[in-house]
This record gives sequence, structure tokens and C-alpha cells, in this order.
Amino acid sequence: MSSLFDYTLASARDALRARKISAVELVDAHIEAIERLDDGLNSFITRTPEQARLAAKEADAALAKGEGGPLCGLPIGLKDLFATKDVRTTAASKILDNFIPPYESTVTANLKQDGAISLGKLNLDEFAMGSTNLTSAFGGVVNPWQRRGSTAKLVPGGSSGGSAAAVAAGLVLGATGTDTGGSIRQPAAFCGIAGVKPTYGRCSRFGTIAFASSLDQAGPMARNLQDCAILLESMAGFDPKDSTSVDKPVPHYEAALGRGVKGLKVGIPKEYRIDGLPAEIAAVWDQGIAWLKEAGAEIVDMSLPHTQYGLPAYYIAALAEASSNLARYDGVRFGERVTGASLDALYEATRAAGFGEEVKRRILLGTYVLSSGYYDAYYLRAQKVRTLLQRDFLQAYEKVDVILAPTAPSGAFAWDEKPTDPVQMYLNDVFTVPASMAGVPALSVPVGLDSHGVPLGLQLIGRFFDEETLLAAGSVLEKAASFTHRPTIHAGVSA
Amino acid sequence: MSAYRITGETGAWEVVIGLEVHAQIVSQAKLFSGASASYGGEPNSHVSLIDAGFPGMLPVLNRECVAQAVRTGLGLRAKINLFSRFDRKNYFYADLPTGYQISQFEHPIVGKGTVEIELSDGETRHIGVTRMHMEQDAGKSIHDQDPTRSFIDLNRAGVALMEIVSEPDIRSPEEAGAYIRKLRQILRYLGTCDGNMEEGSMRADVNVSVRREGEEGYRTRCEIKNVNSVRFVMQAIEVEAQRQVDVWESGGEIDQETRLFDHVKGETRSLRTKEDAHDYRYFPEPDLLPLVLEQSWVDELKAALPELPEDKRARLEKEYGVSRYESGVLTAEQSVADFYETVARGADARLATNWILGDFFAALNRTGRTIENSPVSAESLRELLALISDSTINGKIAKEVLEDMVETGDKPSAIVDRKGLRQVTDTGAIEAAISEILAANADKVAEYKSGKDKLFGFFVGQTMKAMKGKANPAMVNELLKKLLAS
Repeated sequence: MSSLFDYTLASARDALRARKISAVELVDAHIEAIERLDDGLNSFITRTPEQARLAAKEADAALAKGEGGPLCGLPIGLKDLFATKDVRTTAASKILDNFIPPYESTVTANLKQDGAISLGKLNLDEFAMGSTNLTSAFGGVVNPWQRRGSTAKLVPGGSSGGSAAAVAAGLVLGATGTDTGGSIRQPAAFCGIAGVKPTYGRCSRFGTIAFASSLDQAGPMARNLQDCAILLESMAGFDPKDSTSVDKPVPHYEAALGRGVKGLKVGIPKEYRIDGLPAEIAAVWDQGIAWLKEAGAEIVDMSLPHTQYGLPAYYIAALAEASSNLARYDGVRFGERVTGASLDALYEATRAAGFGEEVKRRILLGTYVLSSGYYDAYYLRAQKVRTLLQRDFLQAYEKVDVILAPTAPSGAFAWDEKPTDPVQMYLNDVFTVPASMAGVPALSVPVGLDSHGVPLGLQLIGRFFDEETLLAAGSVLEKAASFTHRPTIHAGVSA
Repeated sequence: MSAYRITGETGAWEVVIGLEVHAQIVSQAKLFSGASASYGGEPNSHVSLIDAGFPGMLPVLNRECVAQAVRTGLGLRAKINLFSRFDRKNYFYADLPTGYQISQFEHPIVGKGTVEIELSDGETRHIGVTRMHMEQDAGKSIHDQDPTRSFIDLNRAGVALMEIVSEPDIRSPEEAGAYIRKLRQILRYLGTCDGNMEEGSMRADVNVSVRREGEEGYRTRCEIKNVNSVRFVMQAIEVEAQRQVDVWESGGEIDQETRLFDHVKGETRSLRTKEDAHDYRYFPEPDLLPLVLEQSWVDELKAALPELPEDKRARLEKEYGVSRYESGVLTAEQSVADFYETVARGADARLATNWILGDFFAALNRTGRTIENSPVSAESLRELLALISDSTINGKIAKEVLEDMVETGDKPSAIVDRKGLRQVTDTGAIEAAISEILAANADKVAEYKSGKDKLFGFFVGQTMKAMKGKANPAMVNELLKKLLAS
């Protein structure tokens, strides 16, 4: 290897085990890269180099004895939505600017238990609400990719934009993300990396700051699906502290990668061929179909009839829950407080100062749809749509094994091209939201570049708890695409 | 039917009452966290991160609380809903850490049931229970410690409550009082709530409306929040009903509103009107799965249920021949009934009933003790009664022995021996004593013989006195009659 930045998570793991490299040098190189590049990218909210160096030494000691967990010594980043013990956790909100949890989320505890080393907390849209990472109170994240012949700042997607950018730029070997309506898949596609949203209930939500409880699901983001599989195996599992986590054994995901797609039925949902779908997106989709067919899959045209209602129903269900979940940020027990002459004044001042514009908009919308007299028309109807969306998938999976669709309706756009109309902005989630509403697993893999040289991703959607088939099919796409492009800004590129 | 009426200027008014009773579930831990649910403790010492609503914290349902709710439902002879669900009730308050209370709105765990109450005239009535659900309590705001600041104690936050909602079947303050007392008795029997109203383990929201005698349908009601004693519930109903009658009769309208009862001033005051009412924005709690119970588990809980007050009452009447009134007193508390049965089983039941309701209760009252810390154990009392039954001592001496037992805690037989109280049944000794008395009171003997029958009592008294109370009274009577006739 020419550089420590050429390693994937899997190959670094093997090199550490073989003692070809040390955890200290690996971690140091990545800390150095963060110091070199991240003032520009802003993918980290909080960096923890001291703790990381300490952990790297311990990892080397363990590795020297032939010990250490499956992720021993591997530098990763954690979306700043996961509570980390004694490390500031902000959800990219001013209201939690000073919040240092005395507890650790189950997902990050699992990763650390397995030996992964966190380099810090990654930027995101405030409370995971957004598709651009521009709603963060700690500033937007810069996508390490640039259009050919342009230095215009592109968005990394959101809400796990910091995670996607840090992985793409080579600052970490992998990262945690959370996906509520596409927050892992869309930024993965925008930044040219892989990301997996597992089945709802696969990873514990304990200690992860809630956006929409019935939709939030943690998942891995990394250079490729093998790395995602390794991370997911560590992150997943039943947790008695989360009543919605599911008590099912966690498979050895990495072993599923090479299964191939021979005889697999791949569904192509006609409803995803929306009006105005850019030709470039349609083209990579068709390319993906061809690759899977070549690899022996059977392509099945099929229908998910309620798809068009997915987006509006999502923005009702998710925002209703969010309006309630965010009520606890009141300045009384933790977080930032702005005092007032009365309790109500304290609430108003604290929340007015603490929440950003998008979060406020969503709290207001969510409060509205739950209000007396509107509940039936909005929330209840959205729940019915959700049931229908779920039925769409269940019926589809009687005929097909996995569904192929685009991840997002476009590639990464520039900061200043961000739609000013929030509804226009929400349309970014049109392809990712149905799987979230149904609770089924989905992933995104990078498959090519658009005409500007910016990555495009394809999405695979699978059966409940069948992440393995999803990974197998994704792996075939990955191989066929052999996506080896690197972003303009990358740790391995000397300035 | 209940005849409670408020006589207004324009006629008689009937009162319609429904109660929502909040009862704290007896459990080690809170409804959704592992923190202790015990009362008291330093402020904020029984608080987990879940109770304090920290980011990322999730509720986990306490199975024991569910079992307690099911037991309660069974005790109310109510329908147990095998499917129930938790909902969020959203409102902002400083002692509500998450900004929502987890409750059961649409699908409560317990459906329709009934509570039988007994009124002072002996009439019984059935009060319908609409539903019962589980929910978490809020914390406590303390406003009187500082001129500008309030303090919050979250020890109660998250403690499991049952809300038992009655039908509007209650027609008088007396019935309301009887209903709460009966509910309390059932919950205490079941061990699902300690019923301690002073500590806030039970409190009631009281819905009151009035209507003219004979009128169909209901008029607008007011809800009096958080009344924390039976007496206050009864008083609150009285003054609120009177207020409503006054409003209607003066041509006014009652507005649906929430009111507070001020027991010092003896009035209710408006807390908030319907217009100011919270919009709680209920929706299903997404952090918890619906609660689905197995019928077999419910059956197990049912089989293990303790005997309920009404059943126990009927049984005591049948097995021990106690009266309806006596069975009511004896079953008021499970511990009293247990004590009674320990004494009465295998003893003379009538004697046991009389002694417990009489001298024993009097001794408790006098010493300020309760049955739980009674100075005399049931076993000792039974032994005392056995000493009466087998003529070792007589009833009068037994009273003296009981006094001694209360004071010293000694066994009755030991006291009898120590004090030499064993009853004299030796006819010779008694005859000798009688002869002496008759000889010393020749004038009275003459009076008696000339028809002054009342003097018999005098001779009995004198004989007992001479025998230091230890003579068998029946034998004294018999021998006196014989010797006086000779």
C-alpha cells in the first residue's frame, strides 16, 4: 500500500491483525488528516484526538497479545446524534451546545466494545432534520467532491452529512449514521460511499437522540459494503433498553457479500420512474439493472402502488413524533437555558434561541397535525398510508427478493442551489422515504458519476431482516461499477 | 334510590357525580424505569435518566406494574383487555421532564367493571367503572422555598399510577365517600395500592353536575381536580353542587371548566375554562410496542388473587355466624379479618367476635395501636378465650387478664398463674363463702325471703368479692339459690 489512506476498514483490520501497521500510526494519520482538512470540510463538531490516541495504544497492546475485538484499532467517526459518555453530544443544535452525557448509546458502546476508536463527533443537520447538512448550528458540511472545473461548495446531503463527508475524504474508515427518511442513503449517494439503513429494530435506539422514534434507525456508512457489513454486525442486536429493538440473532453479514445474485428476483418499481426524473439518474438505474441481469438475476417489473403518498405521509408521521420528542429540550434539566420571568417565558426564550429555523418549522408542523380537530385528517391518515406502504412491500416480496431504485433524484448540488422552498427540499427524500415508512432495510452504493463528475448512487430495498440478500446484491453492483473515483478533497491527496 | 337532594328556590335538584381516582401502583420500580418507586427520600434521589427525560432515553415497561393493573381489573370484576396501548399526552410543565406523560388513552388495559358500595342505611348500590388505565406520575414543583425560583423534585416522576374512571352513577356525597373507601379497600386487599391518601397514593378528580329532580340527560359538568381525602371529596361535591344550583336558579349557565377545591374557605374556584383547556395532542407512544397479554397469564393472576372483601364478608357470616354489621367491621381491613380468623378458627366464634369487637378494639384504641402492631397477638387472644371456654377463668377475670396482656405482653395462662386467677369451681369453698355471707347479713336474707328479689344481686356481689372474683359465676348463682331457699 502506498498510503495509510488507501486502506478500507476491512483491509486495515487485516493489516492491524497481521501487525503490518499499528493502531497508533493509523489513528495518528487520520487525526493528522482531520487537522489538515476538516477546518475546510467541517465534518466534525467535536474532535477527540486525545482519547483516540490513548485508545490506539491500548489497541496495539491488545493486538500484540493476539487479543482485541473484531474492530480493534480501527478509527471511525460517530454522528453527533449518538450520546457518548463524557464527550459533548449536540445533535448539531445550539440547545445542546453544552451537553455532555453521562451515558453511552448502545450502538456506540457496541462499536467501542469491539475495539473501534472514535475520532470524534460528526456534523449533521440539526436533530437530523434536513437533506443538506446546512441546518447544523455548527455550520454546514462541505462535500469533498467538487464539480469538474468548479470549486463551488457542494452539499454532502443529510442528515448524516458529516459522516458521509468524513468517510469520503478519508478522515475515518467508517462512521455511524442514522436514517429516518433517507439520512444514511442520500448522503452516502451524494458523497460516493456506501451506507446501510437496517430493518427498523435491528439496532438499538437507546442513547440515540430521537427525531422520529418509529422511523429512526442507526446504520453504518463506509467506503464499501464489506466495511458496512463489518460495522453493522457490531452495531446490531437486541437491547432490553429499547422495547422496539428486535430479539433476533445477528448474522455474520460479511459472509453474505459473496453470495451473488444468480436466480435472485430483482424488482423494478414503476412508480419510482417519476415525472422529470433526470436522464442521468434514469441511465444509472438502467445500468444497474443491466449489471444485475448480467450477474444472473431475474429482473421483474413490479408496482409499489402507494409510493406517491409516501412523502406527504412521512412528513406528517415523522414531524408529529418530532414535535413531541423535542419537547424535552426546555432548558430545565440540561442543555442551554435562556431565563425568563415565568416558566412559559423561559421555555419560549430557550427554545427560540436554541432551535434553528428548520427544527422550529418541523415542530410547528408536527404540533399542528396532532392538534385536536386535525388529528384524524393528518396523523391518522398518515398512519393508514403507512400501513398501505408496508403492505406494498410485503406483497412485492412475494414476487421479488430485492428492489432496485435510485437513491436520490439528483447528485449533490451546490450550497447556493439549495431550494428556498422547504417542500421542494423535502422532495429529495422521495425515493428513500417509502422503505423508512415500511421499516424494511435498504442501502445505497455509488455506481457512477454524473456529467459534472459528482457521484450517483443506487438503492436496494430488501425484506424485513434480510440485510444479507441486500448486501449480496449490493456487492454485485459494487463490483460491476468498480467505483474507484476519489473526491477532490481526500486525505490521501497531498495538498 | 338515593334521596340526596339540594333544595333550591325553585325546587329539588339531583347531583350527578363521576370520579376519576388516581391510585399509585405498589411496585419496587417505576412504570418505565428501574428507579425506586418508594415514597419520600431526598429530593431527586429516586430519579433515573429515563425519568429525567435525557436525550436518547427510552421507556421500558415494568412487567410487575402490568400484573398489578391486571389484578386490580380483576378485583373490580372488570374486563381485561388483552390488547392495550400506550399513548403520549403532550403538555409543557417543569415537573414533566419529557414534555409528555405516557398514558393509555384509546386502548386502556381494563374495561368496564363494577364496585358495590354500602350506605349507612344498609342499602347497597353498584357503581359502574368505565375503564382503568396505567400512566406515569409527574414530578413535584415546589414554589415556596425561594422568592424568585421554583424547585423541581422528580422522585415521583415516572411512578406508576392507575386511573380508575367511574360512570356518572354516583348521586350523593355519601355515595362518593363510600365508593372511594370501597375502592381503597379493594386495592389494599389486592396489594396493588396502599391507599395512603396523605402521601398522595390515592387522589381523585371529581366531576359534578346537577339536574332537576326527574330531569332526563345531564347538564354541563365541572371537574374538581386533585382532591386528596374522602372528607374533602364529600365537601367539594356539596359546595360545588350548591354553587351550580345557585347559578342555574339565578338564570346563569354552568361552563365546562376545571376547578380547585379550597377546603379552608370551603369553596371551589375556577382553574381553567374550556377555552384554556390543554390540547394534549395524544398519539400512540412510538417508543413502546402495544401491550399484548396472554389469557393464560391473566388466568394465573386471577387464580392467585386474594379473597376480596365482599367474598370474605359473605364467608365470615356463613362460617362464623357474624352479623352483616359485624362482617363489615371485621373485613374493613384485610389485617383485621386475618386477625379475627386466627382467633375465631377453632374457638367459640361468638365469644371471639364479641371480644374482638369489644374489649380488644377498645384496648387498641386506648393504646393508640393498630392491628399491625397490636400489643396482643391473635394467638394470645385465642388462648385467653380458650381459658374462658374451659372455665379456667370467668369473663370478668378475663378482662383483667387482657389488661395485663396489653401491658406486659405476657401469655394469658402465665398471667393467670402469676396472679392466681384460676377460677374456683370447688363447691365446698364457694358454699363456705356463701354461708359466711348469709350469716353476716341475716337482715338482708330476711328481706330477700320476704320478696325483695333484687337482693340476689347483692349476695352474688358479696360472694364474688369474698372469692376475689375467681368463683365460677354460674356455680355461685346455683349455690346461692339453693342456700337461700333452704
